[in-house]
Amino acid sequence: MSESMAAARRALGDGAPMVELRGISRRFEKKLDFAGRLAKRLGAGVREETVHAVDNVDLTIRKGEVVGLVGESGCGKSTLGRMVAGILPPSDGSILRDGTELLDRDSAAARELKLRTQMIFQDPYASLNPRMRVVDIVGEAPLVHGITSRSGFDAYVDEQMRRAGLDPAFKRRYPHQFSGGQRQRIGIARALAVKPDFIVCDEAVAALDVSIQAQILNLFIRLRSELDLTYLFISHDLGVVEHISDRVVIMYLGRVVEEASSETVFASPNHPYTQSLLASVPRIESRKRAFSVVKGEIPSPLNPPPGCHFHPRCPHAMERCKVEKPELKTVAPGQRSACHLNDMA
Amino acid sequence: MTVASTPASPAAAPTLEVRNLRTHFFTRAGVVKAVDDVSFSIGRGKVLGLVGESGSGKTVTGFSVLGLVDPPGRIVGGEILFQGRDLTKMSEAEMRDLRGNRVAMIFQDPMMTLNPVLRVDTQMIETVLAHKKVSREEARQRARDTLGMVGIPSPDERLKSYPHQFSGGMRQRVAIAIALLHEPDLIVADEPTTALDVTIQGQILAEVQKLATTTGTSLIWITHDLSVVAGLADEVAVMYAGRIVEKGAVSDVLDAPLHPYTFGLIGSVPSRNKRGEPLRQIPGMTPSLLNLPPGCAFRTRCPRAAEVCMAEPEIRELAPGREARCFRPMNEAAEQAA
Ligand SMILES: Nc1ncnc2c1ncn2[C@@H]1O[C@H](COP(=O)(O)OP(=O)(O)OP(=O)(O)O)[C@@H](O)[C@H]1O
Ligand SMILES: Nc1ncnc2c1ncn2[C@@H]1O[C@H](COP(=O)(O)OP(=O)(O)OP(=O)(O)O)[C@@H](O)[C@H]1O
Ligand code: SF4
Ligand code: SF4
Ligand SMILES: [Mg+2]
Ligand SMILES: [Mg+2]
Repeated sequence: MSESMAAARRALGDGAPMVELRGISRRFEKKLDFAGRLAKRLGAGVREETVHAVDNVDLTIRKGEVVGLVGESGCGKSTLGRMVAGILPPSDGSILRDGTELLDRDSAAARELKLRTQMIFQDPYASLNPRMRVVDIVGEAPLVHGITSRSGFDAYVDEQMRRAGLDPAFKRRYPHQFSGGQRQRIGIARALAVKPDFIVCDEAVAALDVSIQAQILNLFIRLRSELDLTYLFISHDLGVVEHISDRVVIMYLGRVVEEASSETVFASPNHPYTQSLLASVPRIESRKRAFSVVKGEIPSPLNPPPGCHFHPRCPHAMERCKVEKPELKTVAPGQRSACHLNDMA
Repeated sequence: MTVASTPASPAAAPTLEVRNLRTHFFTRAGVVKAVDDVSFSIGRGKVLGLVGESGSGKTVTGFSVLGLVDPPGRIVGGEILFQGRDLTKMSEAEMRDLRGNRVAMIFQDPMMTLNPVLRVDTQMIETVLAHKKVSREEARQRARDTLGMVGIPSPDERLKSYPHQFSGGMRQRVAIAIALLHEPDLIVADEPTTALDVTIQGQILAEVQKLATTTGTSLIWITHDLSVVAGLADEVAVMYAGRIVEKGAVSDVLDAPLHPYTFGLIGSVPSRNKRGEPLRQIPGMTPSLLNLPPGCAFRTRCPRAAEVCMAEPEIRELAPGREARCFRPMNEAAEQAA
């Protein structure tokens, strides 16, 4: 497919679905600490608490798209990303990959699909085995999965490294002998070596200095068109998400509150939380200005406010918001938002 | 806080003037020139943004001002004039008296300020009493007022909590409140919002901005985030490899950077105008301070490097109020192109 055709299709959002999430939830039990266990044995009404890390999310990612996933810490981005990548089973709901149920762990087809989804993390150092040389970090999985052969191994690894902007001359080195940016390149080379078509990036540039971050973002943009990749790009940095994404999904305390094209989200956000978030972001274009302020703290995900989770901080909150959960509804073509205000027009 | 109503006379000396500061670390691997010939000054009630990438010397600069540099590090040259007195010549006792009183620091990790085993009210009251002869009740009132200033709701009840009972953003506000207890003349803030969520960062930046304008406190705001500097600071100093490579008014520097590094840095920031396009990136990476290239330290990454750059550039005034450490600044590029 030519680049412009691909771009046109992405803009129209009519690529075939790559990943479909239907009613996905993930809960974690928060174990009681010692005092809590003691209190429970003494008959106090203490119960193990449940975190609704991801709460009933529907989401479709189409082939060739870059979907940005934003939200503040603890809102469930990583949990959602890990479920999409197939490395964390959901508590409820189903995940379709190319129309096939991903959770069906036993089928060979599902395993193959899982290999075609790769994840890139924030801390490349923690995700690279410190005792392995780069050549093995990058080459091991393709060899195991028969993507390359013993005889073609060295050439294959060299190609992967070069593509990620690493000099193959360094392939016998260990991860600690590289800088942060180079380690992220190793992580990228490793992920791409198994020929995925879908990449989940979880804060993949968050730990990098801005000049190095720019290099890695440029690499992601180039690889996308070279290899026809689809990305789920998780980041708390709205500038980064705006830069790289075609479509943006905003989460707050486990729920998707808004979803639309990048342009729409940043030009005419619908949800009050999205609006607040955008108003809080410092912008390099702005000059000495009053920072606008969202009131209040981010509530604990252990005990989120009832109704609309955002109501204690929302400047437009009404009685209804305190009791009734707003559903995610289409408010404009290609834009969905979960806010009761949309029922009032 | 009583708002100081005495306006600074225009001729007033700057609150802080740092001249040719050099702070080096004497390590086994060699001498690390973490801060090398750094000069800047801040007027009353002004905010100076000190920006640069990791390892460029921002924290060591801030620590030097507060006399917090520990061995193997040492200030080996220069002057730090605070209200006319040279801090590098002060005894440790004099510095201790100044710190937390006239000069305060806010760290990225608020637990550098907070004591985990003391209730917040106890810590704040002790801090007040350490420098002021007031009653305990007056000290408590002062603590309450200050927490109110940084936007901590129901401070009375909050005062009785331990630091771990607060969220990260709240802890940082308490640390800021402690820094404000004595209405210091200068605060050095080292990436205090970097670890916080954006809505919480926005709240703190708004409070800080209000404080600087209403109390006359001068601020050094250390950050790697040019966007924060854009919204908060009056002046900006850009550091690279232990040196200030450019400084000037925020709008001048961000609109028309003179140093190729500043130019590259601004181009690296993703923003709305560049969606989906490659960012203008700086090639390569920051050199080790132990192994700087001879001549201009940015030479190996600089698109404008030329023969002259083999010599070491001095920082010089290139336009009124604008300085850069470069032989071939960007404005000359524009002139050549024109
Ligand atoms: N393994 C786990 N056990 C218990 N709770 C968990 C686990 N993983 C995540 N959580 C909780 O689920 C919620 C969502 O966490 P998650 O890591 O997905 O958030 P996030 O949006 O990625 O945040 P951040 O921006 O800080 O990375 C949080 O409250 C977190 O504490
Ligand atoms: N105790 C020390 N011993 C040796 N070198 C040190 C020491 N402390 C700092 N340095 C060196 O001084 C240089 C400047 O460090 P500094 O912490 O000021 O950087 P920074 O600009 O604050 O970076 P960051 O953005 O990562 O906080 C670094 O190269 C660092 O390695
Ligand atoms: S549903 Fe109500 S509280 Fe929630 S965002 Fe909309 S107006 Fe605000
Ligand atoms: S002095 Fe030369 S190498 Fe250094 S920044 Fe200026 S042009 Fe580039
Ligand atoms: Mg996360
Ligand atoms: Mg630092």
